[in-house]
Amino acid sequence: MSARAALAAVRAAGERARYNFAYLDERTKRMIRRAILKAVAIPGYQVPFAAREMPLPWGWGTGGMQVTAAVIGPQDVLKVIDQGADDTVNAVNIRRFFERTAGIATTERTAHATVIQTRHRIPETPLAEGQIVVFQVPVPEPMQRLEPRESETRRMHALADYGLMHVKLYEDIARYGRIVTAYDYPVIVNGRYLMAPSPIPKFDNPKLHMSPALMLFGAGREKRIYAVPPYTRVESLGFEDHPFEVQRWQAACALCGSRESFLDEVVTDDRGGRLYVCSDTDWCAARRARADAR
Amino acid sequence: MSAMALDRIVPGFADPVLDSQRAFRAALSALAQPGTIVAVARPAAPLAGVAPAAQTLLLALLDADTRLWLSASFGDGAAAANLRFHTGCRLVADCAEADFALVASAAELPPLAAFAWGTDLHPERSASVVVQVSALAEGAGWRLAGPGVRGERRIAVPDLDAGFLAQWDENHRAFPRGVDLYLACGERLCALARTTRIEG
Repeated sequence: MSARAALAAVRAAGERARYNFAYLDERTKRMIRRAILKAVAIPGYQVPFAAREMPLPWGWGTGGMQVTAAVIGPQDVLKVIDQGADDTVNAVNIRRFFERTAGIATTERTAHATVIQTRHRIPETPLAEGQIVVFQVPVPEPMQRLEPRESETRRMHALADYGLMHVKLYEDIARYGRIVTAYDYPVIVNGRYLMAPSPIPKFDNPKLHMSPALMLFGAGREKRIYAVPPYTRVESLGFEDHPFEVQRWQAACALCGSRESFLDEVVTDDRGGRLYVCSDTDWCAARRARADAR
Repeated sequence: MSAMALDRIVPGFADPVLDSQRAFRAALSALAQPGTIVAVARPAAPLAGVAPAAQTLLLALLDADTRLWLSASFGDGAAAANLRFHTGCRLVADCAEADFALVASAAELPPLAAFAWGTDLHPERSASVVVQVSALAEGAGWRLAGPGVRGERRIAVPDLDAGFLAQWDENHRAFPRGVDLYLACGERLCALARTTRIEG
């Protein structure tokens, strides 16, 4: 579709829906845009913003939706995933929300998308320069469970005093013999800020490091926006004798046979039967399509 | 605003919603990849003495929640009147109070330390400084490194001299505090984030 046709579709959709383009009012978008620019300039730092109520409850991706609404334009192609899947309730609803309020094109193909809003996964298909990934974040403060006072965690960030988080990981090792944190695994961005990568599996953490895509994180309930610019160092915490490691599976995907993707366990009966399938539905479907073609 | 000032008002964005979005994306792209030059749409009615890229950027990002400082040569002229009228921003006389600054030329750029750098607790409370420059060229001049730069990127900004580079080094070392710079040259825009290291 040409830009002009896209624009016409947007206007028509806007008339139908009687909302401003992408739902939010312009002053809200400007406020969010200024916060995003600060977030990009200070990688990993949580910029406060005045999160608005969205027409779905906190915790359902309101932060990510507000970031997407402030970023997206008629030329964009949006992909929305929930735990890697394009066809789950949260993903379907958010995709339809932007189809209706912005009239933009959507896709399930990672490579075709310019903006990817995600709940708790980074796509398996390598991201490209120019793509923007918007993460839905429930708890932006990585130390919140250890120190609930924002005044204190803010001071710890100011002083780059992250001993508390290392103690937490050490206690994992003392108690279980290994670091048991499997998702939302803390990272240091550009050698400075401790950051919660949102509840992505730690399997996805290496994809944050020197990614060609821009990563934006929106926490609606907690009213924070943060970012990782392209080609930025993102280091997962670890110890010399207990370095950071990602999950590995004995099994391959039951549908496409992939051994390099993140696998979900599916219980198939009540007698202990189970199989593993790719969490990333686009990746899995594309592999099966290629196999069929052969 | 006096009636005299209203005489100088020219149209703002033709399409405030989509023009703002395009301008923001240009700025986001520039800041996420410091040292790359992005094209910014020409405003419907360019103001005399204001680089089109700077005008579009400020129309997109300013509103009543932001304080703008204009360098001396803008005076109380058309730039002040139009940005006030179209965005509702507040003009401040002291550049230390500004969220955004528009600097007519490198010669009018105050010391970077004169702007708000934020605090260690709130580094986002810092100024975004838009400087109009007469030339921008990729592939030569300064060597940039840091987030958003794969390997090394080169950009030549002949208006900014070694004195600026020393100040920028100080700005960079103060991370997370510091200002972010937007260089506007005609309809082209280039950004330097506080994370960007520059070697002359």
